[in-house]
Amino acid sequence: MNSTVLIINVIALIGIILAFVKDKPKAIHSLKTAGKAFVGILPMTLIIIVIIGLLLGFITSEQISQFIGTQSGPAGVFLIGIAGAILHIPALLAFPLGASLLENGASITAVAAFLTTVTMIGVITLPLEIKELGKKMALLRNGFSFMIALAIAFLMGMVL
Amino acid sequence: MRQQTKKRKPGLVRDTLVLIIVVLLTGVLLMIFPEKTEPVINTAGNYFLEMILILPAVMIIMGIFSVFISNEMVVKYLGKSSGVKGVIVSVFLGMLPTGPLYVAFPIASSLMKKGAKISNIILFLSSWACIKLPQELAELQFLGFEFMITRLTLTIIFVLIMGFAIEMLIQRTQRNPTESTTVTSM
Repeated sequence: MNSTVLIINVIALIGIILAFVKDKPKAIHSLKTAGKAFVGILPMTLIIIVIIGLLLGFITSEQISQFIGTQSGPAGVFLIGIAGAILHIPALLAFPLGASLLENGASITAVAAFLTTVTMIGVITLPLEIKELGKKMALLRNGFSFMIALAIAFLMGMVL
Repeated sequence: MRQQTKKRKPGLVRDTLVLIIVVLLTGVLLMIFPEKTEPVINTAGNYFLEMILILPAVMIIMGIFSVFISNEMVVKYLGKSSGVKGVIVSVFLGMLPTGPLYVAFPIASSLMKKGAKISNIILFLSSWACIKLPQELAELQFLGFEFMITRLTLTIIFVLIMGFAIEMLIQRTQRNPTESTTVTSM
């Protein structure tokens, strides 16, 4: 996460410097656009943060592991996919969790379903996605992503 | 300009009201379950820190992008006739190490407004979500090469199919706006 923060802020800083060197009024205009967009997105982002706090505060990673570990069969994989779609875990934490699940005997299909839905689908961030991209696009993206996550999971279970 | 800010305000007011309600409900919930206060505040705090360190930079990049990059350029690299080049550019943009998926939504939105193709937007978002370089490295480290490369290959194949499928669906509904009305009148 730290390197991400560093990289993105360095890119932004270089961007600002280049923008000011190239065209000062335009650069000021872009900063104003950025400020407006930031204010517009802020309340929704804070809502999402509070809900993530609640969700992960009440559901521990032990409970997630236990849930995924005990699910089996296609219906179980489906439920794991739903859990992954709702939970909002940073990818870099999801992978060690997936590894510990495999070690504890969960199937490759289950772990692949969980990892793919966790990274691709965001039920909690859906309001933000709808706001930015429109209802149709957001719902289609999340719906399709869920289906392909399950397809990827089952194929992985067959191949590996 | 003034009209635009007026238009945007109700959404902002509504979001702020919802935020206040969510915070109040959280307060009530934590009073009922005081033992959860620490994990909830900690998790929310961590996400807040992440957001406050990443989001302003993302917004600045987006602002510079929307002012300096012309629509023609976006259309050329990501528009209707961008073809394979558009696919590669979308995936490459998404792969850069740039933080959680929700910060990609405003960027995708401004790409779309500037004329990028829908399938390329889906590709961009999906690469951002699950073909990120740091993410692949973490997957390699924790789950091994075989798991990582199989999931990556399958993901790329399915994401490409999804991009074109969603584009087709959206274009079909846009092209025949009368179709739905005739259906309902029947």
